[in-house]
Amino acid sequence: MIVIRGGSVLTSLGVVTADVAIDGGVITEIGQVDQDHATSIDATGDWVGPGLVDIHVHLREPGQEWKEDIASGSAAAAAGGFTAVVAMPNTVPAIDAGHRAGFVTDQGRKAGLCQVVPAGAITIDRKGRELSHLDELWEAGVRLFTDDGDTVADAGVLRRAMEYLADRDCVIAQHAEDPGLSAGGHMHEGAVSSRLGIAGSPALAEETVVARDLALVRLTGAAYHVQHVSTAGTIEMLRRAKAEGLPVTAEVAPHHLVFNHSAVESMDPDFKMYPPLRTAEDVAELGSALIDGTIDAVATDHAPHADYEQEVPFEEAPRGVIGLETSVAATLSATALDQTTLFQRMSIAPAAIARLSDQGRPLEVGRTAHVTVIDPVAEWEPDRFVSRSQNSPFRGRTLRGRVLATVFAGEITFEASR
Amino acid sequence: MKHLLTIEGIGRPELEDLLDLGDRFIEVLDREIPKVPTLQGRTVATMFFESSTRTRLSFERAARALSADVLSFAPGTSSVTKGESLKDTALTLKAMGADLMVVRHQATGAAHRVAQWVDIPVINGGDGAHQHPTQALLDCLTLRRHFGKLDGLRIGIVGDIRHSRVARSDLQAFATLGAHVTLVAPPTLLPLDTTGWPCETAVDLDGVIGDLDVVYLLRIQSERGGASGFSSLPEYVRRFGLDDRRFGLLHPEAVVMHPGPMNRGVEIAPHIADHARTLILDQVFNGVAARMAVLFRLLTAEAGS
Repeated sequence: MIVIRGGSVLTSLGVVTADVAIDGGVITEIGQVDQDHATSIDATGDWVGPGLVDIHVHLREPGQEWKEDIASGSAAAAAGGFTAVVAMPNTVPAIDAGHRAGFVTDQGRKAGLCQVVPAGAITIDRKGRELSHLDELWEAGVRLFTDDGDTVADAGVLRRAMEYLADRDCVIAQHAEDPGLSAGGHMHEGAVSSRLGIAGSPALAEETVVARDLALVRLTGAAYHVQHVSTAGTIEMLRRAKAEGLPVTAEVAPHHLVFNHSAVESMDPDFKMYPPLRTAEDVAELGSALIDGTIDAVATDHAPHADYEQEVPFEEAPRGVIGLETSVAATLSATALDQTTLFQRMSIAPAAIARLSDQGRPLEVGRTAHVTVIDPVAEWEPDRFVSRSQNSPFRGRTLRGRVLATVFAGEITFEASR
Repeated sequence: MKHLLTIEGIGRPELEDLLDLGDRFIEVLDREIPKVPTLQGRTVATMFFESSTRTRLSFERAARALSADVLSFAPGTSSVTKGESLKDTALTLKAMGADLMVVRHQATGAAHRVAQWVDIPVINGGDGAHQHPTQALLDCLTLRRHFGKLDGLRIGIVGDIRHSRVARSDLQAFATLGAHVTLVAPPTLLPLDTTGWPCETAVDLDGVIGDLDVVYLLRIQSERGGASGFSSLPEYVRRFGLDDRRFGLLHPEAVVMHPGPMNRGVEIAPHIADHARTLILDQVFNGVAARMAVLFRLLTAEAGS
């Protein structure tokens, strides 16, 4: 038996100060728990809530295990407070058929540190041309479809996918970046890229794709999710689409809440990601949109790369940074969300977007015990990461808010040393 | 000065000190035996990931004129094609005894990255479309020797500005020394955002050419996509090529410069390249002296500190 003592607990009846008892994989009691023979986690002054869910991670297995694999990525997820992650399909080979999705699920089960849910590619090998084995993928448990890393640039192909899947309980997620407009861009197109002489990708590369996709949503009625929103213009479109009642959701990555394109002046590849870091105005809008719910969820876009792959000039570095272990801290540092909103954006909403029925639910007696304990005010400096890769823009920066413990299906998968 | 990575942030006194040194080394190069023992026993490594024979030769000539030894890293036959990282290449040359590295690379920031990895002075010999600081120095040296000073000079940099590290370096140095710079190019070859840059921009060469003291021509950087900035080469030549008619619009004391390699018949009419009012070969000659000045400053400052 595990007892999480004295925390501020997010239950289905609101936030209460209570102990939470966990036994046999489920929550057995919320209240004052008198139990001497239990493993005790002191949560006095801390936030206790449903296990966090990250619907955008790259675990690199199969095919690029030198960067990360499902076991090491699961350990990083647990260390970041996550009890479920959705693994992007841009592996080698891509997850474009049922048996490949099954492999990811199985490897996740073997690791046993969190629920690893495969996302499925929309098109074969993510080439953007023929639809992948969508039925097979759905039957293998895929509920989020995306060609992430690339955009489904052909509107006709995306329309067919939307029409084909419109009556299924699933969501089509888009990495929105028009390949013509972004053509070879390594960072945000603007003052900094002009000065550094680095080819830029304009905000419009994202916004034109989202505008087009929203028209397709109106046509098909398919549920649609914008991955890693990075511009104020996209937020404006999301606001209008939601007001119109379209089935649209969106996520933001913590690094986009913290850094703007001036960080690239360091020419450090840890600030290279697609979509790129935008302007300070975009960063401010992203924070507001996360607070007011226009952006539904935080998702890290955890993208591990080995150190030696980063030992090259910025333009030649691979894209993406790790994020699982700093997601809570970066989000809290940037936005100071309250407890309810934090768990809404990092657990409840993402679980709903990814259709994970057993995750992202406020604590209640009888439910599977996926629980995360967060100290919302602790200050710390990330240094070494559990992830196999260390490419984090947050290394050596003081962040506020820290995951203290993670419980997945009744087992402690992470506990911070204090 | 520990490294020379960018011309940005280098103030007027420091620039003028380097130009004064350049003048002194021009005297050395004019001697019967154009060589001094200043850097005897020191080793200068040139790491040129992007092929550029003239800049590499200029640095190596400068190093030898100061009696330094030269380690020359040639990419065509090197381990880069075998997948070696930039860091490993830099550490390898350092281990072979390099006291200073000159880094030329097709990507922005390569020299900055190398400077983080090795504890010896690094000179940026050109990084992507970002900076080429020794080019700026040699151009300033050339202009100062021709006009006496840069203050008040009206300089037009014409061509593929967007992809040009020469333009980004030169405009900073020219402006620091008091010149008025105008960047002239079709809109697709101007940088997207020049807010705060110490220069003006223009898209019509004929509209500004009559006011210029210096026409600084750049080639189209096809390897960086420059050629997609206009619809055809003849069309570019019609709008931006320095032909007889445009040369005739220049005032009589105006001069023509080009960092090389130049494409005769494109940005410059073939015979104008050989005209007495072009300073192109002076630039090449002064380049050796300017690079001697930088090598001297970095290697002797290091020894003294």
